Amino acid sequence: MTTQLDLLIHKEYGEIPQYTPKDFKADIDVRWCAGCGGYSILSQVQRIMPDIGVPKEKIVFVSGIGCSSRFPYYMDVYGFHSIHGRALAVASGLKVARPDLSVWVATGDGDCMSIGGNHLIHASRRNVDINVIMFNNEIYSLTKGQFSPTSRVGQKTKSSPFGVLDDPFNPSSLALGSGSTFVARGYDNNPSHMKHLFQRAAQHKGFSFVEIYANCVIFNDGAFDEYTRKETRPTSTINLEHGKPLVFGFKNELGIIMDGYKPKVVNFDEGTYSVNDVIVHNEQDSTLALILSDMSFNPELPRPMGVIYAESKPTYDQKVTWQINDLIERKGEGNLDDLMRGDEWWEIK
Amino acid sequence: MEQQFVEVEKAVIRFAGDSGDGMQLTGTQFSDTSAEMGNIVNTFPDYPSEIRAPEGTLYGVSAYQVHFGASNTNTPGDKIDVLVAMNAASLKVNLKDVKKHGILLLNKAGFKDKNLKLAKYESNPIEDGSLADYQVFAYDINEQVRRVLEDFDLPPKMIDRTKNLFALGLAYWLFDRPLEPTQLWLNKKFAKNETIRDANLKVFKAGYNFGAMGQDLAVRYIVKAADLRKGIYRNITGNNAVALGLAVAANRAGLPLFLGSYPITPATEILHFISGYKQYGVKHMQMEDEIAGITSAIGASYGGALAATTTSGPGLSLKVEAMGLAVMLELPLVVVDVQRAGPSTGLPTKPEQSDLLMALWGRHGEAPIPVLAASTATDCFDMTIEAARIAIKYMTPVILLSDGYIAQGSEAWKVPSLDELPDISIKFATDKETYAPYKRDPETLARPWAVPGTPGLEHRIGGLEKDNITGLVSHDPMNHQRMCEIRAEKVERIVQDIPDLVVDGDESGELLLVTWGSTWGSARNALASLREKDVKISHVHLKYLNPLPANLGEIFGNFKQILVPELNLGQLKILLQYKYMRPIIGLNKVQGNTFTAEEIANKIEEILLSEGVSK
Repeated sequence: MTTQLDLLIHKEYGEIPQYTPKDFKADIDVRWCAGCGGYSILSQVQRIMPDIGVPKEKIVFVSGIGCSSRFPYYMDVYGFHSIHGRALAVASGLKVARPDLSVWVATGDGDCMSIGGNHLIHASRRNVDINVIMFNNEIYSLTKGQFSPTSRVGQKTKSSPFGVLDDPFNPSSLALGSGSTFVARGYDNNPSHMKHLFQRAAQHKGFSFVEIYANCVIFNDGAFDEYTRKETRPTSTINLEHGKPLVFGFKNELGIIMDGYKPKVVNFDEGTYSVNDVIVHNEQDSTLALILSDMSFNPELPRPMGVIYAESKPTYDQKVTWQINDLIERKGEGNLDDLMRGDEWWEIK
Repeated sequence: MEQQFVEVEKAVIRFAGDSGDGMQLTGTQFSDTSAEMGNIVNTFPDYPSEIRAPEGTLYGVSAYQVHFGASNTNTPGDKIDVLVAMNAASLKVNLKDVKKHGILLLNKAGFKDKNLKLAKYESNPIEDGSLADYQVFAYDINEQVRRVLEDFDLPPKMIDRTKNLFALGLAYWLFDRPLEPTQLWLNKKFAKNETIRDANLKVFKAGYNFGAMGQDLAVRYIVKAADLRKGIYRNITGNNAVALGLAVAANRAGLPLFLGSYPITPATEILHFISGYKQYGVKHMQMEDEIAGITSAIGASYGGALAATTTSGPGLSLKVEAMGLAVMLELPLVVVDVQRAGPSTGLPTKPEQSDLLMALWGRHGEAPIPVLAASTATDCFDMTIEAARIAIKYMTPVILLSDGYIAQGSEAWKVPSLDELPDISIKFATDKETYAPYKRDPETLARPWAVPGTPGLEHRIGGLEKDNITGLVSHDPMNHQRMCEIRAEKVERIVQDIPDLVVDGDESGELLLVTWGSTWGSARNALASLREKDVKISHVHLKYLNPLPANLGEIFGNFKQILVPELNLGQLKILLQYKYMRPIIGLNKVQGNTFTAEEIANKIEEILLSEGVSK
């Protein structure tokens, strides 16, 4: 049955206009602290928007609570700043009700993995077609500096003056473990790499989870320096590219081989191994994805950056639509008068 | 002995047995057939919260009560005329509700030593004279069905399982019900297994014939058809009526329906029904928790669906923060709370009316929400559509209160046709020249509903306080005061859009009975019995708890005393006392069941009597 909503949203609008990033900037001052990692994330998102092939009235940004969750206010598209932790549940309902929309979620490590952890794992397993950008700053910033589910053991924060006791989540492993079909990691001071990840996420049909290391200059400054500064980055991280061997280092002299089922760093300069011996990244291999993600917290191994996993699979919102269409095809469009009457009725004459 | 017919206006029968004895099915068949004969029926299933409690135990007893009559039954009935008990435990649990000299139809096979021990009987009540106050008819039904089915190649367990149909046949004979409706139903249900079908049909008929051939059951009862309006009728439970109400409301609003829910007793059936409405284009998500249930619905509402979430007390507690969000966003949302006995897990399968104050006030901040309450199973349909109408027209979440009693109980419903139901549609905002997210309708104060996908209307909303008109985030203290007042006034203005109360009985007098929700049925029966005795008593029933009907204060002014019976410790009483500055007499019960008509009638007589004495 055609609803009032169908008439509105299925109107033909003609060609998608040629947007520029400026078309996606809301007429409002951005209120993050100077130097916040959020700025570069925002600017890369605005940069990819003109080319994702969606008219701007069909784009929605949903968020929860936290510094990252102010994001929707800064985008000149539809925006929904919800309550703490619930962005993914709001976005799931929206996307299932409106599969025609491009739905994005801006969230943080606390919003997404602590109070919203349940919604993360379930939206992920359902493979709802939502693009999640998780700003990971390893701290609660908006409440002024308590430890988060990604803070490190021993980290001193306002709520852990003697050091954090909790082991942190590895976000990419949590996403993979709960069934995300697209998992990637980037960092705030590599704009072109981030832009690439956001484009890939936008293209991906299904639940995409992009973790961005976002430096909090006020409460956790320098948390990611080891992985983002050019002096240390070449040996502390490895950039994953589909079909390319896992090599890293200042002169690409290092590689990852498998020692049994464990990844191990080898130095080609030592002569035993060459680039031909190392693992070749296959972003469609779920076993490899788990192994690579698991390298993240191993001090002997570089931290993987880039697209860890990308799997093509029907999305939840598609399946909801298919199930409805299938039933209508087989049984015909339902008649509410028949439904009200039910199977067991009688007539008083 | 000559069999004689006695005509009665109404009767109450309860089928009781083990959880696995098929008592729910037996009761449903009796009720459906009675309704089809033209009786007014009202039923209530009573089953344990365990799924298959151990056989023969007191806590494993499952029962189904049917009140059927030639005139309004209103409730499943206070006292039982006929108890069918399939074992000792079911007699023990249910005997206290049987009228003196009432009929007990007992299955002797369920009164063996083991059964008696499990039921904690020291001696067999059939034999020890302890049932002298009742008319006892005890037969070995297991033995009967074995004899009836001796030619059938069925395992003994299967044969024993048909015993509920023997009891049903006997009950049909006792109340002169036609066999055809149940025979048709059995034919349909067991269409794929001829042996089982034939066995059930044979046993059912044998039960009926057993009554006819027997010597001891000398009296049969006639309950005449009621004088019902012409039309199509069916039996319906409150939960089924809510589900249909949501689907129909969406249709009348011209919107797709979305349900975000999480299973919880006694509201889960609404989710079950709606999950079967795929053919009608209905979408639902069984979410990971109660919070996701409501927040997914809010997301769908933002997208332009008629969105709903369904729950019971513990779930309502979890949804509180998100309801506040819906208040702030000013998006339509129907929240159905099928109340059960609390606090905490409480008595999950038992009704109560103890979520009223939480529905009205249980949110942080100034967060007014309209609250409606359904009074009967069929009223759940009307009130669900009403909740949706108010939600859409006023752009607000609305809470609809039902309870476990009307949600699972059933009554006959005159099925309306879709086109006779009101059009409740509104227009989405589309004009970018005039649009502002919080620019309100001057009459209703509702903000416009602009959905993603509408070009030029891109805007941001959220839980932070909004500037009036533009909807931009505002921390201005005066704006916050203004917005709080506007949100309150918007809900108050709904009073213009709801019907005035009509007093049943004299417009002024000694005592006004005020009820809400499912106590309606017991109250009506209490009034009927008092009026037979010429007791003067007036009644109003509240379907709207926020806002309250405009003329309630005026009505109060015409009565010396006000009595509010409710299944809580005085929640409506608190509301009315605060609102109208009048002392209210409460009649309060939290025993996991509803009032009997007698309890309410006794309280009324007690008040009127003491009033008389004080004069």
